[in-house]
Amino acid sequence: MIPAAFGYHRAASVDDAIEALGREEDAKLLAGGHSLIPALKLRIARPSVLVDVGRIDELRYVRDDGDRIAIGALTRHAQLVADPVLERGCAVLARTAALVGDPQVRHRGTIGGSVAHADPASDLPTVLLALDADLVARGPDGERTIAASSFFTGPFETALAPREVLTEIRVPKVERGVYLKHTRRAQDWATVGVAAAVVGGSTQVALASMGPTPLRARALEDALANGADAAEAAGRSAEGTEPPSDVAGGAEYRAHLAQVYARRALEQL
Amino acid sequence: MTNVALTVNGERREADVEPRQLLVYFLRDQLGLKGTNVGCDTSSCGACTVLLDGESVKSCTVLAVQADGGDVTTIEGLAAGDELHPVQQAFQEQHGLQCGFCTPGFVMATVSLLRENPSPSEEEIRHALEGNLCRCTGYHNIVRAVEAAARAGA
Amino acid sequence: MSILGNRVVRVEDPRFLRGQGRYVENLDLEGALSVTFVRSPLGHARVNAVDASAAEELPNVQVFTGADVDAHPFGAPPPWHITAGMERPLVARDVVRFAGDIVALVVSEDRASGLDAAELVMVDYDPLPAVLSVEEAVKDEVLLFPDVGSNVANRGGADEADDGLFDGCDVVVSGVLVSQRLVAAPLEPRSAAAVLGDDGRLTLWATSQTPHTGKMVVAGLLGLDPGQVRVVSPDVGGGFGAKMIEAEAVLVAWLARRLGRPVRWTETRSENMLGLPHGRGQRLSFTLGGTRDGKLLAYRLEVLGDGGAYPALGAYLPNMTALMANGPYAIPKVETSTVSVVTNTTPTTSIRGAGRPESAQAIERAIDLFAAEAGLDPAEVRRANFVAKDAFPYATPTGATYDSGDYEGALDLLLRSAGYDELREEQRRRRAEGSGVELGIGLGAYVEISNPVGEQEFGEVEITEDGGAILRTGSHSHGQGHETTFAMIAAERLGLPVERVVVHRGDTDDVPKGTGTFGSKSTQIGGVAGRLAADAVVEAATALAADYLEASAADVTLDLGRGSFHVVGAPKPSLSWAELAAKASADGRLGELRVAHEFQGAPTFPFGCHLAVVEVDTDTGKVELRRFVAVDDAGTLINPLVADGQVHGGIAFGVGQALFEEVVYDEGGYPLTGTFVGYGFPSAAELPSFERVEMVTPTPNNPIGVKGIGESGTVGSTPAVLNAVLDALAPHGVRHVDMPCNGENVWKALREANA
Repeated sequence: MIPAAFGYHRAASVDDAIEALGREEDAKLLAGGHSLIPALKLRIARPSVLVDVGRIDELRYVRDDGDRIAIGALTRHAQLVADPVLERGCAVLARTAALVGDPQVRHRGTIGGSVAHADPASDLPTVLLALDADLVARGPDGERTIAASSFFTGPFETALAPREVLTEIRVPKVERGVYLKHTRRAQDWATVGVAAAVVGGSTQVALASMGPTPLRARALEDALANGADAAEAAGRSAEGTEPPSDVAGGAEYRAHLAQVYARRALEQL
Repeated sequence: MTNVALTVNGERREADVEPRQLLVYFLRDQLGLKGTNVGCDTSSCGACTVLLDGESVKSCTVLAVQADGGDVTTIEGLAAGDELHPVQQAFQEQHGLQCGFCTPGFVMATVSLLRENPSPSEEEIRHALEGNLCRCTGYHNIVRAVEAAARAGA
Repeated sequence: MSILGNRVVRVEDPRFLRGQGRYVENLDLEGALSVTFVRSPLGHARVNAVDASAAEELPNVQVFTGADVDAHPFGAPPPWHITAGMERPLVARDVVRFAGDIVALVVSEDRASGLDAAELVMVDYDPLPAVLSVEEAVKDEVLLFPDVGSNVANRGGADEADDGLFDGCDVVVSGVLVSQRLVAAPLEPRSAAAVLGDDGRLTLWATSQTPHTGKMVVAGLLGLDPGQVRVVSPDVGGGFGAKMIEAEAVLVAWLARRLGRPVRWTETRSENMLGLPHGRGQRLSFTLGGTRDGKLLAYRLEVLGDGGAYPALGAYLPNMTALMANGPYAIPKVETSTVSVVTNTTPTTSIRGAGRPESAQAIERAIDLFAAEAGLDPAEVRRANFVAKDAFPYATPTGATYDSGDYEGALDLLLRSAGYDELREEQRRRRAEGSGVELGIGLGAYVEISNPVGEQEFGEVEITEDGGAILRTGSHSHGQGHETTFAMIAAERLGLPVERVVVHRGDTDDVPKGTGTFGSKSTQIGGVAGRLAADAVVEAATALAADYLEASAADVTLDLGRGSFHVVGAPKPSLSWAELAAKASADGRLGELRVAHEFQGAPTFPFGCHLAVVEVDTDTGKVELRRFVAVDDAGTLINPLVADGQVHGGIAFGVGQALFEEVVYDEGGYPLTGTFVGYGFPSAAELPSFERVEMVTPTPNNPIGVKGIGESGTVGSTPAVLNAVLDALAPHGVRHVDMPCNGENVWKALREANA
């Protein structure tokens, strides 16, 4: 309930944060805190120092960048829900932000924090994977762009280097996109989540809570590309996945849910 | 220790805090504002809900250092002297509380909800309160209280 | 004009609304040390050693283990007939028997350093096989108490089954229903704080529903004269039957005496999920037989109950289940047998309903199965077998005497209010149209027992110098609104406004005796005792007023509307309560206006009928509760506003069991549902608004005619929802779904039925 002791540095800028990460062993970035602080309280996470990037207001924005929408990593979920640029250009992401946690969580949690935390059951990373989003990170060696498909490397693990700070998320403009999730209670993590979007003419589908990371449903996508209808393609949702078994659901049930929600998502697209 | 200075219920407060101190314990233990309660350890129950910069947040999931420079309103800051805030009055009139432990959290969450959505439907109310748990009331009268507060223009 | 029956807003609300609740965690206690408990993460293990050296290197930290704590173990009181030799040591020594069992006490200056130090306490465990199910425990292969030689903690009912029980029955149905283990989950975690006064008296503040019993327990376990112990249970944030007095509070008291300094403790939610006793955990095997045209003839109920690691009240409760086995039905032959066993899990106790939800779950399931087998309407089978309205008092074959009831009336009122025929028509239409979402309608008829042990309660009314009144009650209040309802009861008899009657409860120094609040007994014994005390004070005041009015007492009356005494026929001169009290005080006679009364009430039997409408998504299995209609009759209504609230809360609790909640253990005996993330108790988003329909059938068992309503909602709701789910799935050939009826359990049942 009370975290183990840690040091604290408030970063004034991204470069300041990068430097602080380099100075300390075992430092962790603190954004909205709604993934990290729960872990600190249960003493699952025990960083020596927290580098608080929460005041870097320059990283809070939603910007129309032509064929992409650029979102600052510190933009809060509640801001995504209400943003007219996002609603116009990539509504599925705004609608998904409205499903994250509860209103209190959405007032604080950030998209960057959620993405960097990389919980395989998270909604936003799953949608970003379906959208083929780009994640922009800055580190001591400068800035780089990481494709969503390479970003999530394991449960709570990402391609970010220890001293890198996620600064921006870039999503394509899509007209057709839907995210459905199954929960036991409204505030629960997704037992299974399915994100579907038409990106550059092809239908892309990603799954939450069906493996160690959010996963693209490649077998389903191939089936669609080969002319299968929604039901047939959805039947292949679980191929290549390793759904966990826990109190929210067993692996078999999850595999079944993936098929049900994939079909519904495709039909709603 | 880190120094924090923030406005709490309209008053400027300053203190040295350990970085690990949660906002809820800062409010309770250092400022003596014990109306905000801790009901869980997984950010699930919302009993600790306060307003930070006008928005509802779970104060158990905010570090005191993160609230530095911020504007906090707790349950103690709602009533104007003897007169209860319309949301508080609505909860009493509709019997929206029994043991009272979750009540400050629900009241603050309601204040925030009605600022963002002054005329919510029952479904919207229930979803807006999904982050606040109550074991006594079954929520029926809490929903009635929110509706009554909305009608009163709270 | 009586105030009873009016919707009166609660007088206790302002402090809760303003954040001034007097919860134990909010207590200001100068110089108090903090205690953190080190608990076993394993369900069953030998404890080889506890190494506190690293912990004690932290400044101002002291660690105590079982060897240090010289206190008696916690045993079950004799009336519960629990097997001897299964008592709980306050701190485990050689063996831990459940995840949560306390192995060490870490004392520190504050909570944060206590958690830091507790992490450093190294305990050397040798894991033992953990017995986690009643089926496993009853085999007696792995014994929790080898010296006892068996895992059986309690037995009741018939020793041998009567083979001829179902002779003459055309239709016989059987089933097994598991009333799964639940947690109480009051929003307030437990706290305790203790101070040893300079006079040697111990004061213990505790989150307890039963401060007076708690005082006796603390005194007994610590070897103290009860007169040297004061227990204060101020505002308590929900109890639901689980917050009595447990090892932790006793240990806090022990520490305060040992250290000579105040000590306090507040648990985390995770600790609460392990350490606060659990509920339900009964495996119910039922068989119901009757004639083809729907007359029930015989019922057998076998209960295998889970007492948890250290059996106490929870191990006794199957006897309560058995007592209420036949529910509201006049079944001529009823045979019950109960066995409770110990398992390597958190001990169980009474939680909301305490045995009666279990019996209702079984009989209501049995009735629906019987109806389906006989091809009869489930509502009509109930109607045909209810105890008749004119049959009260009704002695059941199980040994209960139902006081008053109108079970058919409740059913009729419910069916009318719910529009039952229209609902069935909608169901027919939707089934004909065919869709993946099935509509289900379920009934839960019930009778339950409140004040189950027929207890006695204390009430005292004292007129104060300013002409107001204090009502001291041995009942407690942790959400039930007794500060308002008891005030209403006394105010009505005194002719005072409700706000002028202040209810005192929870402090054993202020209120000399009491039994606390649980079992829905408080109003019918504590409220009644308060009424009788008020009547006695009125009698004394009338005599006193007569003196001042220079008349005889027989000629003086209390005008209830005005709250003043006068000679009959002559409205003036009169003495208001304030005037009378002032005069009496000046004459040193105010003490005459302080009278206590104790009232013992026989158990009473609230009853009702619930209807649930669910929609089941047959693709995902997810169940949504669309509508819930409840008729609950607990006799005379004191304050319908408060009664509504009690029913709503009870319904939510019961729906939680039907659809969302269960405790699940891993192989080692640690709960996978040990936080509010894993344990699914519902939010407002999971529930609809409820339609409560009032019905009043007074009891002859007390002067007010009131029964207890606190648990009614819980008893009828679980069966109504379960039956609704099964009704929805009947066309798919499903006859059973494990509770909770979450998506996965429903999906599994559908899969099995289609296999």
